[in-house]
Amino acid sequence: MAARQRPLSPHLQVYKPLITTTLSIIHRATGVVNAIGALLVATWLIFVASDSGYYEWCQQILSSWYGKLALFAFSASLIYHLLNGIRHLLWDIGWGMENATVIKTGYLVVLLATGLTGLLWFVALRGGAL
Amino acid sequence: MTGMRDPLAIARGLGSAKDGVNHWWMQRVTAVALLVLAPWFIYFAVSLIGADQYSVRAAIANPLNATLLVSFMIAMCWHARLGLQVVVEDYVHGWMEWALQILIKFAYAIAAIASIIAIGRIVFSA
Repeated sequence: MAARQRPLSPHLQVYKPLITTTLSIIHRATGVVNAIGALLVATWLIFVASDSGYYEWCQQILSSWYGKLALFAFSASLIYHLLNGIRHLLWDIGWGMENATVIKTGYLVVLLATGLTGLLWFVALRGGAL
Repeated sequence: MTGMRDPLAIARGLGSAKDGVNHWWMQRVTAVALLVLAPWFIYFAVSLIGADQYSVRAAIANPLNATLLVSFMIAMCWHARLGLQVVVEDYVHGWMEWALQILIKFAYAIAAIASIIAIGRIVFSA
């Protein structure tokens, strides 16, 4: 029996984007990016451990402009997901659920994620010495 | 208490698989672990910028770094697997859904196992 077409609930694009909904969508998107990054970190570890010579090839890619761009995206994604994850964990224990607080912590996460990613790359591009 | 469930649903064995709480809880437990391990990993990765293969191996071979790196890879693969499962449940349907769900479970199990073997080789051959 063919499934009957049921009415659909309104789609995302009919709603005005809010700080709450936007950050929620970014949390999911960065989660997916981090998941792909996890596979790449595992691949990198295999190259480090093997004597195949792929490590040099890996280094060439990572030090190129597109390698750096990918690393920048991964690091920004990781930092955002981490900071917004703290927000989620606090909600789980019942803290900060008031609308005003949710909006305030939302902007705080954006500010901190931008600042920390900037700081990370300032250090990284200076050669990694802290 | 007779319960609110439809007798037909009980007869067919439909309803919760009683797996949801564990999924939710492990997502949080791995999140708390990653709260510590991910910043450490970023710090560790930055300290390795420009290092050659032998210096990277020497750094990973340090017992504390090796322990943290194995923990990080397990926690991240576990957390990623749980998260991707929900994303697929939400957006993918039909045969593609279960095919992707199985693929994700395999991919992250293999990624975690491969990471442990790679780190193990570095530690035990250093």
